[in-house]
Amino acid sequence: MTIILDVVISGLLLGGLYALIAMGLSLQYGVARVLNIAHGEFIMLGGLTTWTLYTALGINPLISLAVCGPMSFVLGFIIHRTLFKRLLATSASAGIFESKSMLASFGLLFIIQNVASIIWETDLRGYSYLAVPVRLVGTVFGLNRLVTLGCALVIGVAFYLFISYTRLGKAIRAAAQDPVTAGLMGVNIDNVLALCFGFGAAMAGVAGMLISMCYPVHVAMGFEYAIIAIIVVVLGGLGSIRGSFIGGFVLGIIGSVVTYIDASLSLIAYYLIFILLLLVRPKGIMGR
Amino acid sequence: MSTIAVGLRKAWTPGLLLIILVLLATLSLYASAYTLILVASILMYIVLTMSWVIFSAPTGYISMAPAAFFGVGIYTSAILGMTVPLPLVICIAGLASSCLALVVGALTLRLKGPYFAIFTLGLVELIKHLVLWYEANVTGTRGRFVIVVDNTIIYYVMLAILVVLLLTTYLIRRSKFGLALQSIGQDEDAAAHCGINVTLVKVVTFGISAIFTGAAGAIWATRLTYIDPYIAFDTQFSFMPVLMAIFGGMGQLYGPVLGAVVFAYMEETLITKFPYYYMLVFGIILVVSVLYLPDGLVGLVQRLWQWTQKWRKRSPGGDHANT
Repeated sequence: MTIILDVVISGLLLGGLYALIAMGLSLQYGVARVLNIAHGEFIMLGGLTTWTLYTALGINPLISLAVCGPMSFVLGFIIHRTLFKRLLATSASAGIFESKSMLASFGLLFIIQNVASIIWETDLRGYSYLAVPVRLVGTVFGLNRLVTLGCALVIGVAFYLFISYTRLGKAIRAAAQDPVTAGLMGVNIDNVLALCFGFGAAMAGVAGMLISMCYPVHVAMGFEYAIIAIIVVVLGGLGSIRGSFIGGFVLGIIGSVVTYIDASLSLIAYYLIFILLLLVRPKGIMGR
Repeated sequence: MSTIAVGLRKAWTPGLLLIILVLLATLSLYASAYTLILVASILMYIVLTMSWVIFSAPTGYISMAPAAFFGVGIYTSAILGMTVPLPLVICIAGLASSCLALVVGALTLRLKGPYFAIFTLGLVELIKHLVLWYEANVTGTRGRFVIVVDNTIIYYVMLAILVVLLLTTYLIRRSKFGLALQSIGQDEDAAAHCGINVTLVKVVTFGISAIFTGAAGAIWATRLTYIDPYIAFDTQFSFMPVLMAIFGGMGQLYGPVLGAVVFAYMEETLITKFPYYYMLVFGIILVVSVLYLPDGLVGLVQRLWQWTQKWRKRSPGGDHANT
């Protein structure tokens, strides 16, 4: 019984991170239509920035949230305004834009990753913060991991409320459904898409900061998280923020179960799920 | 006068091709060992790029699977290289990659757009981790040694693969099959209504393109001498062909070749000295090509050429300055 609880709770802890990352990608792909392979690089940037701030300046990782989030947001916003806006204007159809923007994001991946390699080198960077054991229904977990889950939940719920109940949120939902018509209804579509891309990047940056609290970070970590985010987005259903949120926890629990059986199989399991999903139900859990 | 010019232009392309081919075929007689292996690696990238182009250029499906096929070729060579003669190893590697491509293609070519790209990229990672897991749990090792082959042989095998590949590409372009492939890229539904078995054509082409990637992997493995799943299934081998083809321009047959030559040479000379800067430049060029060079380097050259022609027509004095 304790084993099951142990596996489920560590799955939820992992799932919180996955949910946060996937929600970010869901905004970028579901609304802005950019399948951003470079999503993981924003995670890496967030993680390494937090590490530098903590080890060099002694700034509390939770405070560097106020640095990583806005920094990633601005970076994402600028990238969309310069790069993807131009691509959107020059692409003949939505399909062409999707494949072109994906290729461009591959380029971004190499640019960001190698600039980071020049700045931070390729070593593993870890630090210890809040690594205090906490007793939770019979099993023991690090406080940092609980804080991670808490942050992910708070951000996820806050963003969901923002999307559901504000005017900007409504504009984002409209842009996700039909960008052209939304534009005709007076939504400044360029701004909304760039904002979505920025929000997505900000979530990745914050996720990177949370990840750096639990695991060592390094410059090549991003790609794996990007692939996981894509799997979760497909699992949850394209364009559904709620689906990505739930999907993150589902994949987290699956990952935790597989890790319990054989840790080296977890990535294989993710890919198998992804492949089966694409073949059987490409719409995902919440897809329409 | 004009008939001679036209005749010259007609003879120009095959003539140039012949000269290049003769130069390449006799390279081992006068080039140093280093040049030979450098050219061999350039040829390898041309093979990877051209076999990617066979499938992805006409259909518009972005395949990220080359690394998977390449890796299968490498592992075939590692497993069979000690016992089976080299030509047979290369054929088996091509066939094994092709079989993988046929299965993957049959399963996934219904997927549209980016999903196919992500799926194939995931496939590379899946196979990599499966092999890692297998080697760790069943054979109890991590890497394998590959039989060493003379550099001259590596070079000539690579050249032979390239020649066969170029012939295949040319024949496909000229055939009805190639026409069907083009029409699928233009409008898949319309192609299906014309009576083309869309799925079959796509899957078969995918299978053909994988043969050459696998064969190239098998011979390239002998240069690596030691391999493990991270070396064999390096996603780099998926990205490079895409970049080279896009950078070179896919409108003409020689576009991807040009892209491959430029990048392979750059990689060989720069990657050991400035690995991060090289990869950084790689990313910048990819973004710039996607943004500003829709027809690649070839398209750019053509546009510049047209521009100079116009400019010369506008100032007729310049044209007859020497006469």
